[in-house]
Amino acid sequence: MQAITQAGFRYLPLVLLALAWEIVARLNLIDSSALPPLSKVATAWVDLVRDGELIDNGASSLYRGSVGLILAIVVGGGLGLCMARWRLLDIFVNPLVELFYPLPKSALIPVTVLWLGFGDGSKILLIFLGCMIPVTIGAYNGARGSDHALVWSARSMGANRLRMMLDVIMPSALPELLNGIRTALALAFILLVSSELIVSQKGFGYLIGYLGSTGSYEGMYAVVLTVALLGFAADRLYQLFMQWVLRWRE
Amino acid sequence: MAGVEDAPSLAAAETEISQDAVRRFDVAFRGGAAIFSILVLLIAWEVFARSGKVTAFMLPPFSAVAERIYADAISGALWRNLSVTMVRAMAGFFIAAAGGIALGAAMARNTVVRWFFDPIISVGFPMPKIAFLPIIILWLGVYDVSKICIVVFDAIFPVVTATLAGIASVDKELIWSGRNMGASEGELMRQITLPAALPQILTGLQVALPIALIVAIIAEMAMGGYGLGGAMMSASRFADSRGVFAGIVEIAIVGYALLKAMAVIRRRLLAWHEEASHH
Repeated sequence: MQAITQAGFRYLPLVLLALAWEIVARLNLIDSSALPPLSKVATAWVDLVRDGELIDNGASSLYRGSVGLILAIVVGGGLGLCMARWRLLDIFVNPLVELFYPLPKSALIPVTVLWLGFGDGSKILLIFLGCMIPVTIGAYNGARGSDHALVWSARSMGANRLRMMLDVIMPSALPELLNGIRTALALAFILLVSSELIVSQKGFGYLIGYLGSTGSYEGMYAVVLTVALLGFAADRLYQLFMQWVLRWRE
Repeated sequence: MAGVEDAPSLAAAETEISQDAVRRFDVAFRGGAAIFSILVLLIAWEVFARSGKVTAFMLPPFSAVAERIYADAISGALWRNLSVTMVRAMAGFFIAAAGGIALGAAMARNTVVRWFFDPIISVGFPMPKIAFLPIIILWLGVYDVSKICIVVFDAIFPVVTATLAGIASVDKELIWSGRNMGASEGELMRQITLPAALPQILTGLQVALPIALIVAIIAEMAMGGYGLGGAMMSASRFADSRGVFAGIVEIAIVGYALLKAMAVIRRRLLAWHEEASHH
């Protein structure tokens, strides 16, 4: 009970903000087309769910996002681990990673459209390219930081390269790798929504743009809030997952 | 006698010199490898684009892209777009920096401010705030104000959290002794707490800077008009792939230069800090 009151007190400001929104909109302090009341946004949300539009577009967004992100984790993580393990690869590939790391990833949106058009492919490619670098850097830093004594003792006990990678280097690289993936997760949402806003015929971003251009602002607000809360929920779930994976650490 | 005594230190000096030489060789080798890798990438791009396996529309050769950048630089279009984008990104970044540090400091000092903003920051930080772009356009139109606003909205979160964390980790004895010597709360904040928290605040700014650039470019792509993002988008609409690739190269150079400049500024500002002696 006490925990609930505490949480309630903690999140009270958010409730106050929602109330202020409703009151400001109801009193028409701001033009109601620019700020529809929260209650109307909620009704619009229910309507969007009921006629399937939100689910359809959401499913295609989630599909694009998860495929791109998984590709980025597998390829980027593998590349980072290999770079940490083989010095020659490190020396020649690291400059390229450093070159692409500061590239504002949104610059890739028009190119992916040029290559793969307006559909799923261009979004998946964009998310893959944009999210790969943080995962690579996380895996690389993590694996390079792995304790040399552990590596040596594993080697003296006759572990081969694959076993060494799976049993020694992967676990010690895990915390930094997982942090890199967390950055990639946030980036995936940003790239997904912005590319769908700019060029798309499907997805959350498309739906936001479509509802906005037809003047149904309640619906637009509903989708914007849905995407924002999904991004927040994904990050919280991922944090829980990280804690569970790393529970063997102190 | 003297010669014998000198021998160990000479040997030590010699190993030091040879270690130094090894280090220098390593740095030179890595630098050479970096230039080599980038050259290989550019040559591979050129050769692959000219091989006929891809059309010039899908991948124009690097030389054609470089020519395009040169032509844009001569005609002045590059500088106009670059300056417009930089003004938006930097205006947003500096507002976010000032506002974020002020808000973080206020949250650290005042429990009511902290109570109010803490859930907003912790819920807002992981949200993809770019989704709010259409709402900001609805409110403020498609001009500079809305673009700068979305940059501030996105870039302020890492600054606030870094400032809070930095202030929380300041050595309490520094503050106690400052207070003992009669510093007011304002003086404590300006002269002790904020400088001591500076390393973490700068880290927050280093996170916020690329965000500012990314968001400024997205906003330009979504709203059109001048700017590097807008120019890339209109090039893409007119199937002008040289223009698109020129945009990527230009934006990549800007991003790289900004990050390097930020690292230099960090080293300057933290010259007094023990962190600097590691370099």
